[in-house]
Amino acid sequence: MSNTEHPAHKACWSCKGPVEVSALFCDTCNAIQAPGQLDHFKRFGLERSFVVDIDAMEATYLKQQQLLHPDRFASKSGREQALSSQQAASLNEAFETLKNPVARAHYMLRLAGIEPEGGEGHTVNDPELLMEAMEMREALHDAEDKGTIDAMIKDTRKQARACEKDLGDAIDGNAFDTAKKLTTRLRYLMKMTEEARAKKSRLAAA
Amino acid sequence: MALLKIHEPGETPLPHEDERQIAVGIDLGTTNSVVAISRDEKPEVLRDKSGGNAIVPSVVYYGDGTPVVGEEAREHINTDANRVVSSVKRLMGRGLEDVKSVAGTLPYDVEVPEGTEDGAGEPMMVRLNVGGRVLTPVEVSADILRALRARAEESLDKTVEKAVITVPAYFDDAARTATKDAAKLAGIEVLRLVNEPTAAALAYGLDNGAEGLYAVYDLGGGTFDISLLKMQKGVFQVKATGGDAALGGDDFDHAIAEHLLAERKDGGAADAIDASDAKRLLKTARKVKEGLTDQDAVEVVVDLNGSKTTHTVTRAAFEAMIAKLLSRTTAITEQVLDDADILPEDVKGVVLVGGSTRVPAVRKAVADLFEQEPLSDIDPDEVVALGAALQAEALTGGSDNLLLDVTPLSLGLETMGGIVEKVIDRNTPIPVAKAQEFTTYQDGQSAMMIHVVQGEREMVDQCRSLARFVLTGIPSMAAGAARIRVQFNVDADGLLTVSAREETTGTEQEVAVKPTYGINEVDMANMLRDSMVHAREDMELRVLTEARVEARRNILAVRAAMEADRALLAPEDEETINNAIATLETAMAGDDRDAINEAAEALENASRPFAEARMDSRIRQALAGQNVDEVN
Repeated sequence: MSNTEHPAHKACWSCKGPVEVSALFCDTCNAIQAPGQLDHFKRFGLERSFVVDIDAMEATYLKQQQLLHPDRFASKSGREQALSSQQAASLNEAFETLKNPVARAHYMLRLAGIEPEGGEGHTVNDPELLMEAMEMREALHDAEDKGTIDAMIKDTRKQARACEKDLGDAIDGNAFDTAKKLTTRLRYLMKMTEEARAKKSRLAAA
Repeated sequence: MALLKIHEPGETPLPHEDERQIAVGIDLGTTNSVVAISRDEKPEVLRDKSGGNAIVPSVVYYGDGTPVVGEEAREHINTDANRVVSSVKRLMGRGLEDVKSVAGTLPYDVEVPEGTEDGAGEPMMVRLNVGGRVLTPVEVSADILRALRARAEESLDKTVEKAVITVPAYFDDAARTATKDAAKLAGIEVLRLVNEPTAAALAYGLDNGAEGLYAVYDLGGGTFDISLLKMQKGVFQVKATGGDAALGGDDFDHAIAEHLLAERKDGGAADAIDASDAKRLLKTARKVKEGLTDQDAVEVVVDLNGSKTTHTVTRAAFEAMIAKLLSRTTAITEQVLDDADILPEDVKGVVLVGGSTRVPAVRKAVADLFEQEPLSDIDPDEVVALGAALQAEALTGGSDNLLLDVTPLSLGLETMGGIVEKVIDRNTPIPVAKAQEFTTYQDGQSAMMIHVVQGEREMVDQCRSLARFVLTGIPSMAAGAARIRVQFNVDADGLLTVSAREETTGTEQEVAVKPTYGINEVDMANMLRDSMVHAREDMELRVLTEARVEARRNILAVRAAMEADRALLAPEDEETINNAIATLETAMAGDDRDAINEAAEALENASRPFAEARMDSRIRQALAGQNVDEVN
């Protein structure tokens, strides 16, 4: 039974008839359904892969929000409003997770049964990366003009892009140990970019 | 793969004509408020009886009779200043600590009710001492909303009970809740709280069919907001937002007033200023500011403590006074652009909102920052209300346009050492639901304090405290063994609910984040009674309406099922169901909520055999399908 290709059904809360567990709306009575335990990729009709077409995914996201957002249910019953809020929140979570490469990597690692680094109880154990991060942080601390910081931002972004590409190859090639390391590195690089930007606006405000 | 069933937009049925009620858009501003209505996506502001002014100054005069709101209230500043309340929006959801930062800039006495600094020490929203009466900012706002509602009803000649009310994007949870409470006191059902810049963008976007990235620079009387929106195919997506809840045109008035006082002092007149002098002086300062929009210099006479002095304020001098305030707005704008990873040249248009954007120096600062002339073809005082009216129409009558907004500030929890653990980052699209797991740090710990904060800083005491509650009944375990799951939900109004649950036993507690700086339920109930709003009847009517909506949905659902699976419907069942529907329809025509609910339950019972037959049939089909697969 477990390997059946046929979608499972549940009873629609509204018309009590059968409805697919992952359906957004009942195809008989049109009532909005509770969000099922739907894989983020499936929500957007995508294959499970690190490489995603963000623009195409966003188009699907917007199309679905047009249908699910609570603003569409403002004059409906309280139950439908609550379900719409849950559906819209699940959709937002799926989109936010897949849009961001670090969050997407964490999600894919967890789907593969691997706990990513940096979560609770996990310390980063990569001396090379820690050293690199420390040096970057020192350089940022010493930087005092906009030009230097701009160059740093440009450099970290370039490195982040390269890292993201390697990470994609690793995850999609099931090389999860490498993927785990690269995810941590990508997270650091993005954080450094953010810190550099914050410093830049502090300088500008001063 | 039939995982996702997408219905075409507009296919979801609109509510019945008789259920469509008049819903207005309200811009409840710091200095001025405006009410508007939209029909067929054409919004218009509602003016006073003479068809003149759309603006209602957010000023209330508490004389001996009913409160007076608007221009008339402002007139009393010269004669009875300590009974006039203005800029109350700055105090919405604020405690005394928050107000200290703007102390001296408020032209009235603020206080905190007795007995709040002891006991639990929970901070509370400030109260105003107005001519001997103690009022909450919520009550004053409710008086303004009542006046706006009255204007709308008079102008439309219809009862108005629903509204979309706008709030600064940067308003935190306490201020949003306070706004909703004020509406409740005024007998208005809030369909949605919409962020002011988003509403402004809606007014512009629909008008011009715009596509692309837009910035909304909103400098009102008391607040500054900057938002970046992406508009595409009828969806208005807020990408990032930022601002300062205590920076606005009032500060410009202040700068001028201080300048005038300083000049008097230089001339030998040292003034001891009381609250009512301050109000009059600020009124003069505002006139100077407004005059400098078209003139290069304004001459003004200040009459304080019996001495008159004449001053000339040039535009250049004024611009020097506000330069620092303006650079704060540009620094925040740059931060927001950075957050969204957007360069100024990516922005297709800049929308100006708020009366303070009339100041030429403000326009110049915006133009310089974005390297383009800002858009201003809609009156900046009216644009927010117009957008709110469009949204009110969309929510009651249906629309092809959709607003997708974000959380303005990060939400988090206090952890060991007073450090904030962020649960929801700022600029996350709403609605959002997120959970985080925490654990105990002592052996046998049976309770855990959950402290919810809002803000961007790392330490708790630098963020705004929203609520505290204690999760009790944690079973005795070794430190680190318990699994406490804290769930944050932010709804489409931007309001937060937090619940905590110990996973191994299921001990659960839920709080709508309301207490801190809010108004407790008892006070709220008293205010409702005092305000003569028929809260109880209101509530009953709402429940009755909800029962009817639910019953109608029920009937439609059963009919749709009968249509789809007629073959599975036994003739005797069909008759029972039809009879039950008829009974329910009769009940719906009446006003007895219990009768409706009973009839609805009877319909459910009557249609149960049919529903079971439909489920059975689908399961059989699925099994049959599987057999075929196995054969293959």
